[in-house]
Amino acid sequence: MSCSKMEGKILGFVDWRLKEGERLEMEKHLSTCAACQLRVNQFRAVNSLLDELPMIEPSPAFDIRVHARVAAEPVKQSWWAWFTPSPRVALLASMLLLGAVWVGYEATPPMPFGDPKEADLQMMQDMPVLEDHDVISSFEPLKDLPQPVQADEADQTNQTM
Amino acid sequence: MARSDVQLMLDVKAGDEQSFALLLHRYRSPLVNFLYRMVRNREQAEDLAQEVFLRVYRAREEYVPSAKFTTWLFRIATNLALNSLRDNRYQRMEISLDAPVTVDAEDGEEKLLDVAEKHPNIEQHLVEDARRKLIRHAIDKLPEKQRAAVLLHKYQELDYGEISKILNCSESALKSLLFRAYETLRVELAPLVAQQGKVG
Repeated sequence: MSCSKMEGKILGFVDWRLKEGERLEMEKHLSTCAACQLRVNQFRAVNSLLDELPMIEPSPAFDIRVHARVAAEPVKQSWWAWFTPSPRVALLASMLLLGAVWVGYEATPPMPFGDPKEADLQMMQDMPVLEDHDVISSFEPLKDLPQPVQADEADQTNQTM
Repeated sequence: MARSDVQLMLDVKAGDEQSFALLLHRYRSPLVNFLYRMVRNREQAEDLAQEVFLRVYRAREEYVPSAKFTTWLFRIATNLALNSLRDNRYQRMEISLDAPVTVDAEDGEEKLLDVAEKHPNIEQHLVEDARRKLIRHAIDKLPEKQRAAVLLHKYQELDYGEISKILNCSESALKSLLFRAYETLRVELAPLVAQQGKVG
């Protein structure tokens, strides 16, 4: 391994990130190259110096601030939510519907017969009579005849006579 | 058994707010430290870390566990830090040129006076403080991308694959980036490196 090829691997060698094969190859080169051995030692020293920097602790209010900012985020709603009515609107709509049904039921006139089938049957039976009535009531020659005398009126005329 | 990051995030996606609190607890310190070392301002680092968590929360509906959670998390953090540094570049230049070199009370380290009261060996602590300042200064002088690479490699212990995804470069480009960064640090910290060599 040449010294220029070492450059890419020197840091990996220092912090033990090289694969076993690469490490052995590196050790073999270092045993014969004083310049690279010196560089490795200096990189190790730099690595060790970087450990001397202390860590800082986030301020006690850090978590509170993050949670406050998260809580202030607007709640995302999916487009499905657009179709979902609010509970108040749903309650109002259902009450209006019930009211409309009730008013409609109250306004419907009572059927002459309890059973609708029975009512239809009765109408079918009365149909010839109704047809006869229509024919007679609109028969022109009958309109020219004098009006029939009522029974009560006839009785009264007989008594006076 | 502790739930994995991915599982926690999937639970957040399902509406579990408690899982978000667990993720926050797990990554608040690493994130704040990473961002603090990137932007060198504690208040700004905390603001950026809050923004990272907020973006994670906002993206919960679309979350797909295609990569490691830490890769995603630190990618957001790195992008925010780099943008923030670009925005503040001129302001920071003015401050660094005008301001006298003093002990940074914001950096979370103990002030010298406090240390002196607690420890009788003031001289030793002055030396340690000077060393830390030198190390911090050397890291600060790195180009932003190199700095991010060193911090993710050294302090977050992410593997090359993760870091290259975070920085949006190839693994070989990342190794080259890290090598150049360590070379710069080696030169900047030469006096300390020499001491370390003698001690070692």
